[in-house]
Amino acid sequence: MSEILRVENLKKYFPVQKSFIEVFFSKELEFIRAVDDVSFSVEEGEILSLVGESGCGKTTVGRMLVGLEEPTSGKIIFKNKDLTSLEGEERRAMHRHLQIIFQDPYASLNPKMKIGDHLIDPLLIHGLASNSEAKEIAMEMLERVGLVPADQFFNRLPYQLSGGQRQRVAIARAMVLKPEFVVADEPVSMIDVSLRAAILNLLLSFKDEYRLSMLFITHDLSVARLVGDRIAVMYLGKIVEIGDVDEVVQEPKHPYTAALLSAVPSFEKKDLRIDIKGDVANPRNPPPGCRYHPRCPFAKKECKEVEPELTGDRHRVACHFPLEIKID
Amino acid sequence: MAEKPKANVEVKNLATRIFKPIIPEAEGRNMVIAGLIIVITILLMAVLADVIAPYNPTKFAGKPLSPPSLQNPMGTDNLGRDILSRVIFGSRIVLVVVFSAAMVSMSIGVPIGLISGYFGGKLDRAISMVMDSMYAFPSLILAIAIAAVLGPSVVNAVVAISVVYVPTYFRMVRGQTLSLKSRLFVEAARAAGAGNTRIMSKYIFPNLVTTAIVVFSLSIADAILTEAGLSFLGFIVTAPTPDWGFDLSSGRPYLPSGYWWMITFPGFMVMLLALGFALIGEGLSEVYAPGRER
Repeated sequence: MSEILRVENLKKYFPVQKSFIEVFFSKELEFIRAVDDVSFSVEEGEILSLVGESGCGKTTVGRMLVGLEEPTSGKIIFKNKDLTSLEGEERRAMHRHLQIIFQDPYASLNPKMKIGDHLIDPLLIHGLASNSEAKEIAMEMLERVGLVPADQFFNRLPYQLSGGQRQRVAIARAMVLKPEFVVADEPVSMIDVSLRAAILNLLLSFKDEYRLSMLFITHDLSVARLVGDRIAVMYLGKIVEIGDVDEVVQEPKHPYTAALLSAVPSFEKKDLRIDIKGDVANPRNPPPGCRYHPRCPFAKKECKEVEPELTGDRHRVACHFPLEIKID
Repeated sequence: MAEKPKANVEVKNLATRIFKPIIPEAEGRNMVIAGLIIVITILLMAVLADVIAPYNPTKFAGKPLSPPSLQNPMGTDNLGRDILSRVIFGSRIVLVVVFSAAMVSMSIGVPIGLISGYFGGKLDRAISMVMDSMYAFPSLILAIAIAAVLGPSVVNAVVAISVVYVPTYFRMVRGQTLSLKSRLFVEAARAAGAGNTRIMSKYIFPNLVTTAIVVFSLSIADAILTEAGLSFLGFIVTAPTPDWGFDLSSGRPYLPSGYWWMITFPGFMVMLLALGFALIGEGLSEVYAPGRER
């Protein structure tokens, strides 16, 4: 397998909006470090699950990959080209192969646009089809995602569809360009539980058909485990652990991963029980040393002073004192 | 709904039935229907003026200053012209002026507001400053100032009134654009590769149309009063052309002597027409209340 996407030292700092009075008293610009030095790679046909709690920067990573956000620094290398250095038409052409599916299907469709036009528009933008061809492709795609009869759905407006149907449209819109890489940003977290499996299966069915690679962003470890080939765990803008799904889930090395795993509800009685203390630190002013240390039950002096690096071969972890446990 | 066999109820619901396909069922629909009935009636009156007016509005039709009677239902003015006929013909100028002015200000204000709100930055700040300073003027004073510079004529009145209402469209459209451009479906379009022109025309503009329609009818309601004011001051028509605002000013000197009918009827029509458009605007803004994505 060859690598399709590599992210190197990606950073995104958002300047903090200051109030009128604050501007007078401090000269320095403050930043929210949403994504702070993140590196990973995705192989062709592989799904990488990116896990983390709200505000850890996982969505920002996804948005940078598809060009909705400019990285502060770092490289996004897609098919051996650095996307951050591309401009204009070349950039648009590359981004055709990198599509995104958003979390909220109620907000991601244009309320005044017919369902069919949502699929036709991307094709016309990239000049991939004439008007009549685009309509045919759109019809096929609607059927493919299970919106049948397609000719009826084609002319409907988004408000006439349910959340699950809308998310099917959003998937169809991303897939109609035959992308090679898709960022799925919590695609099922706003869908009824009863429909989640169906939507996930639909998404995964494209993986085999198109040899699709995917960054699957979620806060739900059980979904991440189900969908992903590998898992990356993010905490406060940094990746703390990354590795093959089974290894990360069965032998978590980072205390944060272990805590997340212990929080996954299960019917069986669990030996592992790690509670996470307190709240996530302010990304405007992250704690020194290991960012997780204020909440880590195993934190030692070194954790407060030295920031750990991601180390390891295939299963990498950023912790001075990695755990050695096994969960069945 | 249960069946209502009574005939008079059927008649009552007739208006509702006619407009049902046009306006979605929602609170505020009755206001829109009431407003539409008023406006359409006055529109028909203007179009069919030649047929329905009993007299020539500029010719002698009875004893001067005679009170309402069977021959002259709204009485006659100081020159013996039939006031009913003048009221009927007078609707023409006000409608023409007000509609064309609203069209002009809409076709200027909407695109500027869209571009300014979408691109933001220095251009937006500069345009907003100009528009806000225009908005700060009382509309009638600004219209009078422009009309006074340009001189009295129907075309100049259209120019004066349209300038006054450009900022109203601009502000509404700019505000909407600001909130629309950060919506997820716009980002989705951008991720699909859509450029600025495409996003503005296919993703933002269609979502502005209902706002523009609401502002259109509300600004017309206001413009009717401005038009009447300009006409009253003689900035639109000259004698003997019938126009409500103008007839108000010619009837004013006779009011203290007890000839109330000269100003009452044109004045009432100004009020009624403004009310009609205000009802449509207010009703529509409720029908298309934010959050209702239709």
